[in-house]
Amino acid sequence: MNNLIKGEKHDWEMVIGLEIHAQVKSNSKLFSSSSTKFGSSPNSQVSLVDAAMPGMLPVINKYCVEQAVKTGVGLKAKINNYSVFDRKNYFYADLPQGYQISQYKYPIVGEGKVTIDFKDGTSKDIRIVRLHLEQDAGKSLHDQNPSKTYVDLNRSGVALMEIVSEPDIRTPEEAGMYISKIRSILMYLDTCDGNMQEGSLRADVNISVRKPGDEYGTRCEIKNLNSIKFIKQAINYEAKRQIEILESGGSIEQNTMLFNTSTGKTRPMRNKEEAHDYRYFPDPDLLPLEISEEEIGKIKLTIPDLPDELKNKFIETYRLSNYDASVLTAEKQTSDYFNETIDSDLELKNHAKIVVNWITSELFSLLNKNNLDLNNSPVSPKNLAQLIKLISTNEISGKIAKDVLEDMFSSGKTARQIVDEKGLQQVTDQDEIEKVIDEVIAENPKMVEQYFAGKDKLLGFFVGQAMKLTKGKANPKMLNDILKLKLIKKN
Amino acid sequence: MKIDKNTINKIARLSRIKLDDKESEDYINDLNSILDWVEQLNEVNTANVEPLSNISSSILPKREDVSKDANSSEEILENAPDKLEGFFAVPKVVE
Repeated sequence: MNNLIKGEKHDWEMVIGLEIHAQVKSNSKLFSSSSTKFGSSPNSQVSLVDAAMPGMLPVINKYCVEQAVKTGVGLKAKINNYSVFDRKNYFYADLPQGYQISQYKYPIVGEGKVTIDFKDGTSKDIRIVRLHLEQDAGKSLHDQNPSKTYVDLNRSGVALMEIVSEPDIRTPEEAGMYISKIRSILMYLDTCDGNMQEGSLRADVNISVRKPGDEYGTRCEIKNLNSIKFIKQAINYEAKRQIEILESGGSIEQNTMLFNTSTGKTRPMRNKEEAHDYRYFPDPDLLPLEISEEEIGKIKLTIPDLPDELKNKFIETYRLSNYDASVLTAEKQTSDYFNETIDSDLELKNHAKIVVNWITSELFSLLNKNNLDLNNSPVSPKNLAQLIKLISTNEISGKIAKDVLEDMFSSGKTARQIVDEKGLQQVTDQDEIEKVIDEVIAENPKMVEQYFAGKDKLLGFFVGQAMKLTKGKANPKMLNDILKLKLIKKN
Repeated sequence: MKIDKNTINKIARLSRIKLDDKESEDYINDLNSILDWVEQLNEVNTANVEPLSNISSSILPKREDVSKDANSSEEILENAPDKLEGFFAVPKVVE
């Protein structure tokens, strides 16, 4: 694969690393008992700890620690038995403490890796440097009033996992695949809800460009991107900006950038003089976090099948293609739906490929059209299984099944009900089909003549006419076979 | 290490504290004498010693993941100099 971008003078290569902030799926915050619920009225979920009132002390949430460990295991990473919470000091209106409690030198999770799969069947490992636990800050609204910023501290103190990658990513597409894969793993582990719109998963992107084979160039960091589309756009724009500067003889200034989602451009956030000096030091309010091998072992027992393992299982058990299996396992809700469908009827296990097709093409396109997803699909896995069974036993044709599915989707009825009510059973009665074909042949003598004169394509015409007469219910294979036989006989 | 006028200004800006000339002088002297005193520790060889994060031998206490309904906005905003519809209102922060 060619990962290079053409410049005016020569080719350039992007070097990209991601810092992903994933909100831990928990009831309460990392160091306080306030709720983490999204969308509540401003400042309604703020304890005295979150508001940094004097004398308040943080007490760590055991569950958040376990979720971080679980995620570390899912990223095939080293879990550190000993980690330390540090204060990252900076001054901002939505940070009442004046520091964020984070982990600096001793993070809870060390080196790991994530595999991304390309369409052509190849794959690539992206190395993880570390995962650490930290507090989220509050939310600032800058655009409500010309002279004021409004601050909501509901998010202040919510637990985040920051997942830092090595600069192993070379294209915007790889960046998108990497964050999708992380999101998928987090959702299988159920340690983060993966909701990018609500900000539960967001990323900072570090990017530089170089001539292939050169040392890394100076990088810029684009802050706080909350969709895969924006991540790709921001990378493309920023790489182009850097290349233009370098090709016109300039040099890149290390900078923190903001991405404007409406213009698609990046701009520097703070200039170099203001560069942050976080003055990290161990938080004296918190003892080091120690986790025993026994505790880690217990957490390992709770790890479900992750997308990669599940994919291999699907390929082995159901002889699915690598591509089909990847589509099924990319999102947990899809593989859950597939499992439930195929488990509701023993016979379907031999028709796994048909089940995949009905989920990923027919059902997905109906869901898309109606702005729904599998979690709120009007067609349950059990009902889809029933529909597929009707096809596999030749009771209805695949073509009619599509109409039945649409009906199931809008009416909520089962496939059985619809087929019985509308009399959609496939016509497999030899005599009945023969009768219809005779009718078609009798009615179209000219066409028959032309067919015998060599216009083979007219076979399709006859099939169509016969189908029309049976309202699409004739078994297509029988119809074809009988038709060919009749036309030969006639000759 | 010596604290000079530039360093004191930088620290003051990072902390958003305004110092006049007299105060800056005082802080330079104070911080320098503190640093001088602490420098004595450099006489100890710590080449193979892990940094100490905490001197307590107790274990980090942990809580269960139970959320308490705070409904806190009134109490939290009570001391705020300026507020609007449940938000703190602060002078515009321009990025």
